[in-house]
Amino acid sequence: MEKTVNHKAWFLVLPVLMLVAFSAVIPLMTVVNYAFQDTFGNNVFFWHGLGWFEDLLHSDRMWNALWRQLAFSGIILAIEIPLGVFVALNMPKRGVWASVVLVLMSLPLLIPWNVVGTIWQIFGRVDIGLLGYALNSLGINYNYTQNPAHAWATVIVMDVWHWTSLVALLAYAGLQSIPDAYYQAARIDQASRWKVFRHIELPKMAGVLMIATLLRFMDSFMIYTEPFVVTGGGPGSATTFLSIDLVKMALGQFDLGPAAAFSLMYFLVILLISWVFYTVMTNLDKRG
Amino acid sequence: MAKISLVNLAHSYLPQPKGPDDFALKELNHDWEDGAAYALLGSSGCGKSTLLNIISGLLVPSQGRILFDGVDVTRAPTAERNIAQVFQFPVVYDTMTVRDNLAFPLRNRGRPESYVAERVTEIARMIGMEHMLDRKARGLTADAKQKISLGRGMVRKDVNALLFDEPLTVIDPHMKWELRTQLKKLHHDFGHTMIYVTHDQTEALTFADKVVVMYDGRVVQIGTPEELFDRPEHTFVGYFIGSPGMNLLPAEVSGRQARIPGGVTTLAGDYRGLSGKVQLGIRPEHLRLTADEGLPVTIRRIEDVGRHRIIRADLGGHDINIIAPEDQAITPEMGRVRLDPLRVNIYADDWRVAAA
Repeated sequence: MEKTVNHKAWFLVLPVLMLVAFSAVIPLMTVVNYAFQDTFGNNVFFWHGLGWFEDLLHSDRMWNALWRQLAFSGIILAIEIPLGVFVALNMPKRGVWASVVLVLMSLPLLIPWNVVGTIWQIFGRVDIGLLGYALNSLGINYNYTQNPAHAWATVIVMDVWHWTSLVALLAYAGLQSIPDAYYQAARIDQASRWKVFRHIELPKMAGVLMIATLLRFMDSFMIYTEPFVVTGGGPGSATTFLSIDLVKMALGQFDLGPAAAFSLMYFLVILLISWVFYTVMTNLDKRG
Repeated sequence: MAKISLVNLAHSYLPQPKGPDDFALKELNHDWEDGAAYALLGSSGCGKSTLLNIISGLLVPSQGRILFDGVDVTRAPTAERNIAQVFQFPVVYDTMTVRDNLAFPLRNRGRPESYVAERVTEIARMIGMEHMLDRKARGLTADAKQKISLGRGMVRKDVNALLFDEPLTVIDPHMKWELRTQLKKLHHDFGHTMIYVTHDQTEALTFADKVVVMYDGRVVQIGTPEELFDRPEHTFVGYFIGSPGMNLLPAEVSGRQARIPGGVTTLAGDYRGLSGKVQLGIRPEHLRLTADEGLPVTIRRIEDVGRHRIIRADLGGHDINIIAPEDQAITPEMGRVRLDPLRVNIYADDWRVAAA
């Protein structure tokens, strides 16, 4: 059948285009606009070219925040993915307990970010927090407001607490899709527990684990609320991750030009890393 | 290789079975002779797979014992029983090559690599996959995958028994025949005890020395294909085996006479003191359409299936099937059917009664 050409159809798409323009494209273009201009106030702007980008590329502050960010994402991925898989392997497969465990596992995911931050902020306090007080009573000089290592540990444990459930639930879904015959065949073939994991469970989970890794990477790379509430980026700038730094720059110092350039580069970095992740993992998947 | 004995074996999937209806597998005593090829035949849900999984140790029975050469293995894990089993749907290890898949059971048992290579080559030739040994198992067709599963089942030489759970369901018809022939050859060459679960009578009858027919969680008959055909011990065996199955007609039997719908027929033996629901069973092959002999029938339909014709007819208000040989001409005058008295079986409450 031949397609009818009717340009009136464009009018039907127009409302969506307008909506997307107002909610996404125009704000983004404003950011792009700021990134190439400078101002001395009074709403008078002048062209600054690639100046802000050059400044940023030579700014230790930005590079330090980026390394901190990469370290943070790397550490939480290295903990959450294996831990999530381990938890999923040990979750009951059917019966009442399966449902109970599923609900319990999804609880941390239902808590708003700033509440998670507040919970851990109070939990870790040395004067009234259960964790902080207990550790100090045990003779460990724990104080996340003064010791950078303690601050990092707190933020990482908090993220693991908050998000391992997601990985576990995804991995669990992958495991549930494996027919019983596979386990039975493995028993007949006398496969060890490790081989069952390596040759049956892991390949069947590969798809969901890829998604889990990608999701956790993007989310952790953009993390803001929880560390902001717990440490505020401190002590010093020990836990100042990219978005905390960005907000400080844009709203704290009101340096709109550099902040705009910063967010564009931030966006591109996330896009780039996600693309690399995705390509590498789908290729791995294809090769099997 | 071993003789497998089932002693008072029964299984229920419920933790507290109350009546016999709760049992998926009703009490059973049976010896699987060492080195014989058995087919376990029955319709879906009759307990075939349950029985198979109990033998291989994937399931622990609710009661009774399993002995391998007299040694009680009822609670022994699958690994200790040294059994190979092939499942209905292909199970392959996706990330491994075909070669590694076939070698897997041997490597898990720590066999030397030279022996593994030799066996894998041998099995690959048998299942016709020599040319794709180095391919990943992922992405192969379902029947290629099932051939790998079969190969993995056969790769160990020293197994006590080889169990097949409807293994050819997903295989193409011409390949089915070929693989079944290979299995028979394997059985002939190595003499493994084989148990082959199927609901396909052709598969069962061509594969096995002895066919075990199950119905509603019970073994109703164990016999050679010939015995099942000529003397079905239970009406289920009668109509499940044969195509079409045995004709079963309500009958009143006294001595050598049976009154069935459409008239009275003479029997070869003398039957006395029958009680309950009495039926006369005769296979379509043993009925002959004639013009002047036997009971009056009305022909409804004639189906030509190539080798012979199946005549669907009405005998005194009951549907019967008659098989007419290809060379017999059927004319409009043929309004009668003759029963071969030597081929008639009499059933009381579904079980065959022997003549006095």
